[in-house]
Amino acid sequence: MLDRGWRLAPKVALRPEPFGALVYHFGTRRLSFLKSRLLLDVVSALADHGSARDACRAAGVAEDEMPRYERALATLAGSGMIVARDAA
Amino acid sequence: MSAIATPAIRLVDQLESGLDAPICLTWELTYACNLACVHCLSSSGRRDPRELTTAECMAVIDELERMQVFYVNIGGGEPTVRRDFWELVDYAVEHRVGVKFSTNGSRITPEVAARIARTDYVDVQVSLDGATASVNDRVRGPGSFDTAIRAMENLAAAGFRGFKLSVVVTRENVPQLDAFKGLADRFQAQLRLTRLRPSGRGADVWDELHPTAEQQRALYEWLLYHGESVLTGDSFFHLGGYGSALPGLNLCGAGRVVCLIDPIGDVYACPFVIHDEFRAGNVRDPGGFARVWRESELFTELRHPQHAGACASCGLFDKCRGGCMAAKFFTGLPLAGPDPECVLGHGERLLAERGDSPIPKPSVDMSKRAPRRVSARACDESPLALLRSP
Repeated sequence: MLDRGWRLAPKVALRPEPFGALVYHFGTRRLSFLKSRLLLDVVSALADHGSARDACRAAGVAEDEMPRYERALATLAGSGMIVARDAA
Repeated sequence: MSAIATPAIRLVDQLESGLDAPICLTWELTYACNLACVHCLSSSGRRDPRELTTAECMAVIDELERMQVFYVNIGGGEPTVRRDFWELVDYAVEHRVGVKFSTNGSRITPEVAARIARTDYVDVQVSLDGATASVNDRVRGPGSFDTAIRAMENLAAAGFRGFKLSVVVTRENVPQLDAFKGLADRFQAQLRLTRLRPSGRGADVWDELHPTAEQQRALYEWLLYHGESVLTGDSFFHLGGYGSALPGLNLCGAGRVVCLIDPIGDVYACPFVIHDEFRAGNVRDPGGFARVWRESELFTELRHPQHAGACASCGLFDKCRGGCMAAKFFTGLPLAGPDPECVLGHGERLLAERGDSPIPKPSVDMSKRAPRRVSARACDESPLALLRSP
């Protein structure tokens, strides 16, 4: 997960909110909540970095927090909100 | 809906303090309707001559795009009777505002179905309130069952998967829950169940049509069993008191995550409270919809912590959060207190005690014929009665 490059899926919109962000997939019509601003920063940074790990670091995720963010990104990938760049 | 990453503060508290833009916005495009359902929550029938024009509707869509509202739930009335309906749908989609519209199905021809099936940005929900013609047509009118079924056949034949079959749960159709699920499966649609509210003409039939306590319990078990495969629009969070929370946000979203724009541009806290007391402003006001959403006095107040009132000492308050504001308001119960369908029966007790005190009437009634009013309360409208009971 962390060593691959990712980006927001097409048909997915991201809306910042005070608590983090809302993510909506127009294809599946599913809505998810990003419950922290830091996770929003990570997701927004995905497309600009070669790997999810780099995106996390750039956003300021501490090393010991990586596993938690890896799980969050895996959940987003599982629901099709983000897609691997090499697969697209 | 899912939430990602562990929160420092509970998401529900965050949402109760409001969002920059609504998650779920209902927009009734017209009060005109070719049906006259007895429980119509917007008392629809005739078109209001002050209806927003095409240009005004487009200006609202522009605003929604700027606010990044992902989609609007378009309803009515029957929204498809507006001549510019498809023009507005196309305009919304071009501006990346998704559309889910509610319809009785009367205009979902094979051609229209094919058109809807072509895009991911348009979703449709067909209303049906009985799994058989006899149960449905008693509420929605003669022929309405066949109309809805034909619409669903057209949608399925056009290859539209996952459109919504939308049912208001009543005392008469609770025994048909499995049959509704069967119907939805047959058309590869998704079943959506919502709560009967005493809103609009619903107030006239609520006493006789709202599910009994026993039926509510059965409904709760049924919803729990079916989980996320059945949508509810978060309608039944007042049943959370029975045990586990149902899927969804489980909070009253009025003015916090949801609101209603009515056909003349009035903005209400939710689709079920069309009453002056819950009118926050109008999209025609300076600053438009965004200003109403972000700055109106009413919405600001709704985003402050609400008083639990009589429910404060109840151990279940954290689960049901006092239930539905509209259900309380239009049954004449205090807003700080139990829902009329409180699972512990506190609401029922209050209903029995409320006596002849006046019950608020909706501010809008576009019904074609005189609505069916419950005669026992006709005297409430006498000013003498008002003087006697402040």
